[in-house]
Amino acid sequence: MNAARRVVITGIGLVTPLGGDADTTWRRLIAGDSGAGPVTHFKVDDLPSRIACMVPRGDSAEGKFDPDQWMEPKEQRKVDDFILYAVGAATQALADAGWEPKTYEEQIETGVMIGSGIGGLGGIYEGSLLVAEKGPRRLSPFFIPGRLINLAGGYVSIRHGLRGPNSAVVTACSTGAHAIGDAARIIQWGDAEVMVAGGAESAVNRIAYAGFCACRALSTGFNDEPTRGSRPYDKDRDGFVMGEGAGVVVLENYDHAVARGAKIYAEVIGYGMSGDAYHITAPSESGDGAFRCMSAALKRAGVEPSQIDYVNAHGTSTPLGDEIELGALQRLLGDAAPGVAMSSTKSAIGHLLGAAGSVEAIFCALAMRDGILPPTLNLDNPSVDTPIDLVPHTAKPKTVDIALSNSFGFGGTNASLVLRKA
Amino acid sequence: MSDVEERVKKIVVEHLGVEPDKVVDNANFIDDLGADSLDTVELVMAFEEEFGVEIPDDAAETIVTVGDAVRFLEKNKKS
Repeated sequence: MNAARRVVITGIGLVTPLGGDADTTWRRLIAGDSGAGPVTHFKVDDLPSRIACMVPRGDSAEGKFDPDQWMEPKEQRKVDDFILYAVGAATQALADAGWEPKTYEEQIETGVMIGSGIGGLGGIYEGSLLVAEKGPRRLSPFFIPGRLINLAGGYVSIRHGLRGPNSAVVTACSTGAHAIGDAARIIQWGDAEVMVAGGAESAVNRIAYAGFCACRALSTGFNDEPTRGSRPYDKDRDGFVMGEGAGVVVLENYDHAVARGAKIYAEVIGYGMSGDAYHITAPSESGDGAFRCMSAALKRAGVEPSQIDYVNAHGTSTPLGDEIELGALQRLLGDAAPGVAMSSTKSAIGHLLGAAGSVEAIFCALAMRDGILPPTLNLDNPSVDTPIDLVPHTAKPKTVDIALSNSFGFGGTNASLVLRKA
Repeated sequence: MSDVEERVKKIVVEHLGVEPDKVVDNANFIDDLGADSLDTVELVMAFEEEFGVEIPDDAAETIVTVGDAVRFLEKNKKS
C-alpha cells in the first residue's frame, strides 16, 4: 500500500456566538468576550436553564451573521438553522481557500462531510405540533429535507457543485471532530483531492432545552449572570451552556494545495477514535476512552506527548467531565504536563454540540497562525490542582507547533485531532 | 385585479421569492417562476390555507400557471 497522502487545512469558515465570520469570532475570542446571554426567543420560565450562546444576527459589516448573505429568504424558510449555518460557514471556507470548482474534473474531486449532533430538532417539534393541531395535510413538502442532518452537506454540495464523496457524521458532540478526521482519511486514500468538512448545530430551542435539562446537563445557577455560566474547571461549574453555529474547513491533499499555490493553515497529522462502552451520557470515570483516543491520535501523528504545545479541551463545564478529561491528559503527558497549555473555548462560545469539534479545530489552527492561546473564561478557582496551564481569563502568547483538539460525545464516542503548524 | 388574483399573487411572490411583476396570468410556476416540484406542492398547500379549500391531487396537477390557480380558486374558494 502506498504511504498515506498528507492533508492540510486551506480554508476556514465560522458562524459562532461571537460572530458571523472567522475573523470576528477569533478577534473576540482572543479579547476574552463571551457570547452568552439570556434566552428570549422561546418560553423558558418553566425551565431550570435560561441562558445560551446565540449566533448574533445583523449586519455582516459589523461582524454579525446576515442569513440573506448566504441563502435566499425563500430557501431559508425551508430549512432548520443548522443547514443555514453550514452553508454560511462552508461558503466562507471555500472562498477563504480560493477553491470554487468549475470544471467537471474539479467538481468530482471535491467532496463534502458535514454533520450535526441532533439536526433539525426544532423543526421536528414545530412540525409535530402542526400535524397535531391542523392535520397531516398542512405539513410542508420541505419538512423532511429541511430537517435531515446530511442535508447540510447536501445543500453545500448543490450550491457549490461539489460532486465528490458526500457523507455526514452523527456522533453527538464529537461530530465536528469525526467529520474532519473521516474527511482527511478520504483524501489520504485518494478518494478526493479536496473535502469540505465540519459540523453545524442549531439546538437552542424549547424541546432540546427540555431534553438537556432532563439529562441535568445544562448550567442552571447563572441564569442572572449568563456570561459566568460556562466555567470549565472552575469549582462552581454546574453544567454546560448551549451554543449554536457551524465550523467548516477546506481539507486538501498537500500536493494539490501546493500545486495551486494555496495558503496552508495547518496539517492534519493525527486522528484518533475510541468508545467508552460505559454509559449513555456520562464519561467513563477512569478517563479510559479519552486517554485512548488522544493516544491513538498521537500515535497516528508520530509525535510524543511532550511535543504538544496546546490542547483545545472538550471541557464543557460539567461537574464530571472536565476533571476526567484533565486527568486523562495528565496521565498521557506524565512529566511533560507543566509545559502544556489547555484551554476550553466553550467558556466563551458555549457548547456547540455537533459543531464544537470543527469550530475548536479551527481555533487550534488560528492559535498556530497567530501564536496566541485563547483563554478559559471564568476560571476563578480551579476545582483541582494541575501542572497544566489552563490559560485562565486572558489570552496568552505562545508558539504552537503541535495542537491537540478533543471531542467527546453522548454514547461514549470520542475523537481527537492533532494539527501541525504549516 | 380581483381579490382572489391579488391574494394568489401575494402567496406566489412570498413562496417563490420572485418579483411581483413576473407573476402574470400566464406565468408557469416551474418554467417561468423557478419553482421545483416540491415548491408547487407547497404553493397548493398555501392556497388551501388561504382560501379554506381542499385541492385534491388530481385538481392540483392542473394548476400549472398563476391564471390556473386564480380561476380554480375563484370557482372553489370558501373564504
